[in-house]
Amino acid sequence: MTTDLTRLTADALATKLSTGEVSSVEATQAHLDRIAAVDGSVHAFLHVASDSALAEAADIDRRRAAGEELHPLAGVPIAIKDVIVTKGMPTTSGSKILEGWVPPYDATVMTKLRAAGLVSIGKTNMDEFAMGSSTEHSAYGPTHNPWDLERIPGGSGGGSAAAVAAFEAPFALGSDTGGSIRQPAHVTGTVGLKPTYGGVSRYGAIALASSLDQIGPVSRTVLDSALLHDVIGGHDPRDSTSLTDAWPSFAEAVRNADVAGLRIGVITELQGDGFQPGVMERFREALALLEGAGAIITEVGLPSVEHAIAAYYLIMPAEASSNLAKFDSVRFGLRVNPKGGGTVEDVMSATREQGFGAEAKRRIILGTYALSAGYYDAYYGSAQKVRTLVQRDFAAAFANADVLVSPTAPTTAFKLGEKTGDPLSMYLNDIATIPANLAGIPGISVPVGLAAEDGLPVGIQFLAPAREDARLYGVAAALEALLEQKWGHTLLSQAPDLSPSEMNATDEGAV
Amino acid sequence: MAKLMDYDRALELFEPVLGFEVHIELSTKTKMFSDAPNYFGGEPNTNITPVDLGLPGSLPVVNGQAVRYAISLGLALGCSIAPTSRFARKNYFYPDLAKNYQISQSDEPIAFAGSVEVELPNGRLFTVPIERAHMEEDAGKLTHVGGATGRIQGAEYSLVDYNRAGVPLVEIVTDIIYGAEADAPELAKAYVSTIRDIVVGLGISEARMERGNLRCDANISLRRRTPEGEPPAPLGTRTETKNVNSLRSVERAIRYEIQRQAAILDDGGTITQETRHWHEDTGQTSAGRPKSDADDYRYFPEPDLLPVVPSPELIEELRAALPEAPAIRRRRLKAEWNFTDLEFQDLTNSGLVNEVVETVAAGAAPAAARKWWTGEIARTANAQGVDATTLVTPLQVAQLVALVDAGTLTDRLARQVLEGVIAGEGTPQQVVDARGLAVVSDDGALIAAIDEALQSQPDVLAKIRDGKVQAAGAVIGAVMKAMKGQADAARVRELVLERATALPE
Amino acid sequence: MSEITQEQVTHLASLARIALTPEEIVSLTSELGSIMDHVATVTEVATPDVPATSHPIPLQNVFRDDVVGQTLTAEEALAGAPDHDGSRFRVTAILGEEQ
Repeated sequence: MTTDLTRLTADALATKLSTGEVSSVEATQAHLDRIAAVDGSVHAFLHVASDSALAEAADIDRRRAAGEELHPLAGVPIAIKDVIVTKGMPTTSGSKILEGWVPPYDATVMTKLRAAGLVSIGKTNMDEFAMGSSTEHSAYGPTHNPWDLERIPGGSGGGSAAAVAAFEAPFALGSDTGGSIRQPAHVTGTVGLKPTYGGVSRYGAIALASSLDQIGPVSRTVLDSALLHDVIGGHDPRDSTSLTDAWPSFAEAVRNADVAGLRIGVITELQGDGFQPGVMERFREALALLEGAGAIITEVGLPSVEHAIAAYYLIMPAEASSNLAKFDSVRFGLRVNPKGGGTVEDVMSATREQGFGAEAKRRIILGTYALSAGYYDAYYGSAQKVRTLVQRDFAAAFANADVLVSPTAPTTAFKLGEKTGDPLSMYLNDIATIPANLAGIPGISVPVGLAAEDGLPVGIQFLAPAREDARLYGVAAALEALLEQKWGHTLLSQAPDLSPSEMNATDEGAV
Repeated sequence: MAKLMDYDRALELFEPVLGFEVHIELSTKTKMFSDAPNYFGGEPNTNITPVDLGLPGSLPVVNGQAVRYAISLGLALGCSIAPTSRFARKNYFYPDLAKNYQISQSDEPIAFAGSVEVELPNGRLFTVPIERAHMEEDAGKLTHVGGATGRIQGAEYSLVDYNRAGVPLVEIVTDIIYGAEADAPELAKAYVSTIRDIVVGLGISEARMERGNLRCDANISLRRRTPEGEPPAPLGTRTETKNVNSLRSVERAIRYEIQRQAAILDDGGTITQETRHWHEDTGQTSAGRPKSDADDYRYFPEPDLLPVVPSPELIEELRAALPEAPAIRRRRLKAEWNFTDLEFQDLTNSGLVNEVVETVAAGAAPAAARKWWTGEIARTANAQGVDATTLVTPLQVAQLVALVDAGTLTDRLARQVLEGVIAGEGTPQQVVDARGLAVVSDDGALIAAIDEALQSQPDVLAKIRDGKVQAAGAVIGAVMKAMKGQADAARVRELVLERATALPE
Repeated sequence: MSEITQEQVTHLASLARIALTPEEIVSLTSELGSIMDHVATVTEVATPDVPATSHPIPLQNVFRDDVVGQTLTAEEALAGAPDHDGSRFRVTAILGEEQ
């Protein structure tokens, strides 16, 4: 019984909850049991909120029994990326400098989840301050890919993707600054969507790069992402960059999925050289399926994409260097007193030296350089101009295509440790996902199968114009249906059954 | 103690060059970027939200009222309002700065290129050029504990209260000011005073210097004079004097820095570019932090906030609502009230122009209103060490003047009534009633007292009857004494002369 | 190779208030050099006629009404602090002065 519950999609579980077939406490306990069984080897969670989750679940059950009208997703468990500030649950953003910090307020997305009655089962692992593509930069040790525990689960949101792929949660919240939702989805065979910038409130998401960050859904099915997006999206007066648009129902977009007549533009620059053959093979198959279903496949160029990574690795560290200045040992988090005491300046410097990991320090120094006197115009200023060029490229491409498409990343999951010594090669891995963040447009990654050479998941990325997130749900849902029809099963049903024998349960609060 | 050069000698050798940065705390209900109350008294760390504390994940949202106030101030300073202005982050680490960056405006301020007309005590009119006015947020408050002085040097540790963090500020920056010459100290005071009048007139700040609502940093450098026909010497190195918390200090600090810098330069020394701290108690400045290349604030556009693009309609609406400029208003009032230059200057220097305006509006004659405010009330305030405006209201002064005009009070009685009003005994009429201070206007009572006085001094009565009218003084004095001063001396005199002839021989 | 020197990295670390070890300064100098070699290509296409984009979705005049909202209690504010005196945050002696 309990094992079955973790295999259900959020949508299916919600149905069982609403009919009373299953209680939220049962569903929550099933997921907590699964976490206890497998998270010792996956390490998707930094904090498992067993007690509060069961209490929240019991409350939902009580309210349902009392006849209260509840949100359709009420009682469904959810995992939260640790970048999101949660009242009552420790929030570290994967960093030692915030170890043990329990925020006195909730992120807006948390307020919305709580209002809808979703049950937060814990906080997921991530690269420190969302800086990375592998979770190897987490101060609390890496997350392992459920498909192959020797491999990376992607990053920065490897914890959320792995939790969903390992059936530890039906869905999760992620955040995407340069691909941190989509690339983990690609390497774990899951679905992840980065909304239009401003589509989901950033209030309470610990900022990496304010003009690039966006919170979004992570799940096993397109419908589940859409359902979650419907809960967390919408205007928030606490985030000045939040859009005031009235959004359509994304779940509705999934249910009405149809690609007939849809113009899909294949991005010339994001294929071929540097892209793994197995990735390209699955990619082309997917396009053929879509074409067979009536989509019109064209080719579009985004010439400025060549400079997107360069611009990104100036803008992101510049903003990060400023955003991370608040970690200074005064109001929250770690304080390191240097030997023999010292002034507050010494204490701040020692705290930041010991509290930040190597990648955080690397990006802070890089960003400080990009903003410093004499270099601003050449670096930060130029990068912002490249951003304009990328936006112009997208505008031109979308004149000829309804959605754009590329592989989500050049390769399948690489081995843990393979790239940690070479930051630049790690950065170049983000080539396909970064342009959407620079332009503020939405992007989704959906699984398209396993690469022939290594048997690891491959994802496809669709991009749409700003505010057209619904279009992505439509095309992704259509492809998902076509693929599952062809396979006769879901991709994740093929993932290894993680053996509980080698596991150590993660206790509440342990990391 | 630093060596000082005689002020006149310093002016012979050098031309003072000035510049001011004035910070105004806006009196909005909430802070610049959060909905915390804009009030920083009270229990430490209670008027704060996650935004003011710079908690991870928190985001700023601009207070629309603060933007309107800033535009109004910009317009009152004669500035152009930028069609698009932006917020930027000024990055530096300091424990009172919650995020370790201050949200300010850098190269795109909301208002720029204005000027303010300032009137000096000697009647000279001076136009101060304004470079810009921009919006920013205040920092928290540090208290230094341990060590002897309570100052930062020698303190063992410091305590931080973030109640003031995020209070909305407008910083007004002047262009370089040339030509003040010997009037430089007075100009500084008059400039800050005019800014204060402007913001008070706009109703956008309490503008109390002693409370830090209005803060002035004064930049001063000296330029050596060159003989006629030779090119001017380059500008000297400037110092920036901070911690100047009263109008008087502004004037003194400028004078001090001119004398200090002149002495150094005349000895062949060089001025260090640094901040200097004004010490009210000693009347000196002391060296603070040297400016250096390390001051790299790494400004960049604040990604969490959007550009401010005020519509022309909004700007015109705010322009139409502007009060009169202080200089124009002063000229108008002087003419309307028919004051001499000296009278008006005296009033301006007392800082009580607004009180007189309101007192006149409440029905008093301008001369009488001025006399009471700059006279008895100012003296009492001075003696008590408080602000004159805290003692009485313009309405009370107008009521007092009305009682005098009606003959109910003499000036002497009115002073006693004022004392009662200040003591909190009620309105002037209530004090008159309670203390029984009204002039005795009942001729019957006066005549009885006069008759008694005349009859008890038959020699005086005889002299008056002989036409020696000046002898009446003794009787008048006795009557006034008998009436405890509550009689109109002129009326008493009239009656004395009348009764001297009317009384039977 | 980029022109980044160890002195520059040392200066950047002081601006960023990170007490880097000498070893970190050496390795960061070399890493930054190679990263900057790559990212400096932005200067090739960023011609003067191209405007800068600071926000991905252009918005303007996003203001809040001047209405007081909920505040934190001092207890909540201080709960996560490394050191405090019950009402204020405590820091060790400050060397520099206010800017």
